Parts: sequence; C-alpha cells; structure tokens
Amino acid sequence: MTIETRTSIVWDYAPAPESADHIRVKDRYGLFLDGEFREPAEGRYVPTINPATEQPVAEVAWAGPGDIATAIERARDAQPGWAALPGLERAKYLFRIARLIQERSRELAVAETIDGGKPLRESRDVDIPLAAAHFFHYAGWADKLRYGVGAREVTPLGVVGQIVPWNFPLLMAAWKLAPALACGNTAILKPAETTPLTALLLAEICQEAELPPGVVTILPGDGSTGAALVRAPGIDKIAFTGSTAVGRDIQAALAGQQVGLTLELGGKSANIVFEDAALDQAVEGIVNGIFFNQGHVCCAGSRLLIQESVRDEVVGKLWARMRRLRIGDPLDKNTDVGAINSAEQLERIELLVAAGEEEGAVRRTIECELPERGYWFAPTLFTEVSPAHRIAVEEIFGPVVSVLTFRTQAEAIEKANNSRYGLAAGIWTDKGSKAFEVASALQAGVVWQNTYNHFDPTAAFGGYKESGFGREGGPAGLRPYLRVVR
Amino acid sequence: MSSRLAVRKTYKLWIGGAFVRSESGRYDHATASEDGPTVNIPRASRKDVRDAVAAAREAAAPWAARTSYNRGQILYRAAEALESSADRFAQSVGRAEVDAAVDVLLHYAGWTDKLQPVLGGINPVAAPFLSFSLPEPTGVVGIVSPDAPPLLGLVADLAPALAAGNVAVAILSEAQPLAGLDLAEVLGVSDVPAGVVNLLSGRRGELATALGAHRDLNAIVDAAGDAELSAELDRLASETIKRVRHGAAVTSYDSAVGDSLERMEAVTELKTAWHPVGA
Repeated sequence: MTIETRTSIVWDYAPAPESADHIRVKDRYGLFLDGEFREPAEGRYVPTINPATEQPVAEVAWAGPGDIATAIERARDAQPGWAALPGLERAKYLFRIARLIQERSRELAVAETIDGGKPLRESRDVDIPLAAAHFFHYAGWADKLRYGVGAREVTPLGVVGQIVPWNFPLLMAAWKLAPALACGNTAILKPAETTPLTALLLAEICQEAELPPGVVTILPGDGSTGAALVRAPGIDKIAFTGSTAVGRDIQAALAGQQVGLTLELGGKSANIVFEDAALDQAVEGIVNGIFFNQGHVCCAGSRLLIQESVRDEVVGKLWARMRRLRIGDPLDKNTDVGAINSAEQLERIELLVAAGEEEGAVRRTIECELPERGYWFAPTLFTEVSPAHRIAVEEIFGPVVSVLTFRTQAEAIEKANNSRYGLAAGIWTDKGSKAFEVASALQAGVVWQNTYNHFDPTAAFGGYKESGFGREGGPAGLRPYLRVVR
Repeated sequence: MSSRLAVRKTYKLWIGGAFVRSESGRYDHATASEDGPTVNIPRASRKDVRDAVAAAREAAAPWAARTSYNRGQILYRAAEALESSADRFAQSVGRAEVDAAVDVLLHYAGWTDKLQPVLGGINPVAAPFLSFSLPEPTGVVGIVSPDAPPLLGLVADLAPALAAGNVAVAILSEAQPLAGLDLAEVLGVSDVPAGVVNLLSGRRGELATALGAHRDLNAIVDAAGDAELSAELDRLASETIKRVRHGAAVTSYDSAVGDSLERMEAVTELKTAWHPVGA
C-alpha cells in the first residue's frame, strides 16, 4: 500500500463534546490572600476569555502593588510556623492537595480547557494527572529533605515569588508550589494573565485542604503584576517560567540583590531523525513533539532535523499524518489541536510564519475548517528552511515545524547545538549506542530518544544556555528552595 | 666577584596553553613580597579576555569528554606539582596558604567521579522508560578571584570548576598576581590540556566586565567581594542568562571545601535522558 492510498481514507468523526455543566465556575474571583478570596485593594477585575469562543469565562481580580505588599507580609508571617511543622505534617497537607486535585480532576480538566484552549484530551490525560502526581511526589520529600540534597543540612529560603505561564497553567503552578511548600517556604504565585482560572480553583483546594492562611497566595495579573512581584522587597527567591526576554529582565532586575532565582525559559528544540529510525513511529513523535498543546510548549520539537537520505519519505509521511489532525472545539474529545491561547499569541505566530515565507522557506498549512470565532492556527510545515531563517532560530510557540536536513551524525549534533537555547531535544534511531552518544553530545536539559514530550515528577526538567537555569522535578527540584546550613 | 647574576623570570599570561604577553603591550608592576624585587607583569586587555574565552571554548568539549578518572588524575598531578614547588610559593604567600591550596586540589581530584552519583541518578518514572539525570559541565566558566588570599582564593574556585568538567578563564588577584601567574607553570606540567585553564593578570574592573559581557561564557564565579562589581556582573550575565555565583574570599582549607558541592553545583547542568524500555 502506498502512502497515498493508505492515507486517502478520510475518517469522519461525530462530535464528542465533554459536558461542561458539572463544573462550578464563579462569576467572579478575588485574590487568594491570607487563606481567603479578597477584593483587590485597587478594585480591578478583568475578564478571562475562552480563546475558542472569545466569550468571558469569569471575572478575575488583578493584584496591584498594595496587594503584593500585603501578600508578602502575610506570607512572611506564615512562614516560620509552616517551616516549624514537622516534615510529615507539611507532607499531609500536600498529600491532601494531591488527592483533592484527583477528586476534582474532571472539573479541573474542563476549566483548563475552557480558559486556555487546549484539547480536553490533553488537560484530562496530561495536565491534571501530572499536577496531582507532582504534589504527591513532593509531599513525600517534606520529611526527607536532606536525603534529596546530598545529605546536607538545609533550611527553607523564606517567601518565594513564583510566576507561571499560560501553556500548562495548573501543571506549572504544581511544579512551582509543591517543592516550595515541601521545603518549608511560603509561596506567592502569579498565574498568567490569560489563564488564571485553575490556579484559583487550586486556591479553593488549598482551602478545602485547610492549608494554613498565608502559606499559598494566588495573585492574578499581567506582566506588570509579575514585574512588581519580582521587585517587591521581602521576597527571598523568584522562580519564573516564561519567555527568555522576560527571564533576562528578571535576572537584570535582581542584579546585586540577595534573592535566589531560577528561570525556565524558551527553547528551539531539535528533533533529530536518523535514517535508521522506525519512521512511522518517528512521525508520531514529530507530531506529538510540535502539535501537542498547539505547539505552546517550551520544549516543543520545533526544529525538525532529518537525515537527507530519508528526508522526502519523512516529510511525505509527516504531511500525510498532519492532514489527519483534527483542529477545533477543545472540549471535543476527538480534537487533536485546540485554540491558540490568545489573540496576541496568534499574532506572533502569524508574524513569524510570514517571515518564514518572506525569507524563502516553503510553507504548507493543512486545509481544514476552523471555527468562526476564537483564535486558530492550522498545523503548518516549513521545508527549504535555512539555519539562519527566523523560523529556524526564534521560538514560534505555535503549531509550526521547520524542517532542516543533515548528512552525518556530527552535522546533526552541530546543527542541533547551534542555538542560543538548550532546553530539549529528540533523537530517533534504532541504534542504542548511537542514541546514547548523540544524547550526551547535545546541549539540552532533556533528551528524549524514540519518544517526545514525556514528563514525570521524579525527572528533572530545565534548560542549558539561554533556556534558563535551575531544575524542576525530582531531588534536583528541591535544591532551589533550600539554603544549605553551615 | 663570585656572586652569580640571577636569571629573572618574565611573567606572562597563560592563554590556550601558551605563555604570552598582553596583546596590548601594557604592563604593571608587582612585588612578590615586601622586600622582594619589583617586576613587570602583563596588564591584560579586553582582547586578551576574548582570546582566552576562545581558547577555553576550543578546549571545553574535549575536556568534558575525558573520563572522570582522567580528570581526577590530572588534578592530583597538579596537587603533586604544587607540593613540589611549595618552597617557592611559600616565599610569596606563606607556607600555610600553599599547603591549603595543595589540599584543595587533592580534595577536588577525588570529587571528579563522585559528582555524578551524588547529583544524578535513575528517575523512577511512572512509564516504561529508562530515565536518568546526570550532571554535566556548564562549559566555559569565568572566575573573578579575590585580592587575597591570592593562591588559595584562585584554587578554591578553579578546582571545583575543573573537577565538574568545565574549563576556566580566571582573572587573578589584582593586588598580588604573581602566585597566580606562577600557578600557570604548575598546571602547565600537570597534563592540564591547553586552553582548559587560562590565567589573566591586570585591572580587575576592566577584565571582569569584559569577561562578564562575553556572550560565549556560560557562568561567572565571583569571589572579589566587591558589591558594585557583583551587581554589574549580574546585569551583564542577564544578557545571555549566565549562571552566576558570588562567594566570599576563602580563608582556609575548610572554608574552601566546606561548600564544595555548592561550588560544583553552581557550574553544573543536569541533563535528563529518556530511553524507551521494550517496544
């Protein structure tokens, strides 16, 4: 059977929407401060929008400088008591949170999808289960901290400020809060401007878990709120996940101050396909690597490096597979690619895609019906890409993959490492010794062989070079939240 | 006249394994001890910093690719060589400092094949994968040494960088650069490959900022104890998201190795690899 005959079958699916009637979204959410939802001092409420419909989901309070100052005061008041709890007692709260996330997982998945636009299949199968698992994992560390840091005596840092992005809103909140709390810190979390909803549901969960007031504070807002949090006096550490540009601003803003910092920033990760790879399997991995979460993934395999001898075959199979992707209603359980998170992000994707065309790369975008309202971008493949093209250098953060080629293993490594970023990489080969050799030569914090976009609370995640510093996950994820005592 | 005329040493920078004058042709004066002769030392330039970083980058991958055992033996060799020159170094920095510097090198010689099991391991992931996280060197490390102690202060930051598999460009004590320049001769006979260590004497303010601004540097380790310079290095580091560690100048062997793991962590990346198990 040729590729054409095999893929010419067009499967039709009946819509399979997840019902949203069981979730309890309030009309309006205050700041979560001192253990309760409060009116912001500045009294500013901003609607959060469903990017698939452009309809408001809820009104959310945005924190101003006065709220940040109050939050730091409360977090500082709460910190000694939280740190003084026996580790196992802190653990019990975190275990409770993990369990409550599991209990409310269906509601959280739907909320994540309507607030951020990601397919329900992903929020249900990836975001929410991993968020629960993260709390469960770090709960268990709370009374074993010294074993996680090379048998050193450690103490918490104090009050930590945490700023998370919009691509995995609840999961990134879990990545930040779980280790911080396990280590005895109190935390002030700023969710992203476009996706505050699940963080606020997590605030409800903190209440249900009877977490002491001040241990977790949730202050929604935009970039200016984050910038104010970074610069506010009384913060002992900042943990940021987001763009390299903002990470750079934060690092510069903290110059000369005794404030801890970890940064998980952008990427332009290489996904390398060798001629000896199982190509059908590789194509599935390429699709997962770049179209998972609409490509709104810092470690997305956005630079596809294919060995020349199999370039045509892989591109042919990939294009055939892409045309079978289902784009549309994120609440539909059959949807592969959901809505772009915001109008602003859509504009950035369109700008870079236009630059790709202007610079001479060949664009292919799948033809599909897109909903009339909402923000959408159909999966796109660029070939004839040169390493200097903007689409080969800059992070697009959308469902757009750029194909480059190589002849030898050495050339693959050289091209993969030729980036200011160093977050992740993929290797597709059936030869184990080659996979290990290439993996060790890549300047990337995570290297996946014959798979892509796998995450686990026990496995460290974080970047080399301008993709940031510090790690999240596993024992390495404790270190940024602890001070070594001597 | 029976007394023999001494053969004086011309002090030079150490860049890429070569003993060189500053490309700028500039020099400063230095004295080994209060009653010692005044000598000329090279006053390195920004161009020398760039040359040193380029030499270090060239040396980085081969040094990282050496076995831990081999790097350990080379650091041990450096300790041996410094011990055998201890009398000479003792004349300028005192015996206690030389002894401490030798012991620090020895301490880190033993670290090279321990860092991986201490910081890394197999991740018990909830899926059929062999997932492991291992420390790797961050790459080219810039070291800004304190004025004092001139030898121990340098070795305390150089040894952990090398033990973790990094290469280094170090700016020596501005006040007492001779011990650092002499150390080049010790390392030069210790099988330290060319470019793995690069040593520059000169004006700290000028050189440290040139180093901090270099886009091909991965990390800065600053022990100069100058708050203004620290803040400036932080700002420069943010341009390319460099890793930065600020530390106080060490005073003894204990203070140089009591936080040895933190010193290595500061110049270490953790790489997580996932390999499928089964089909």
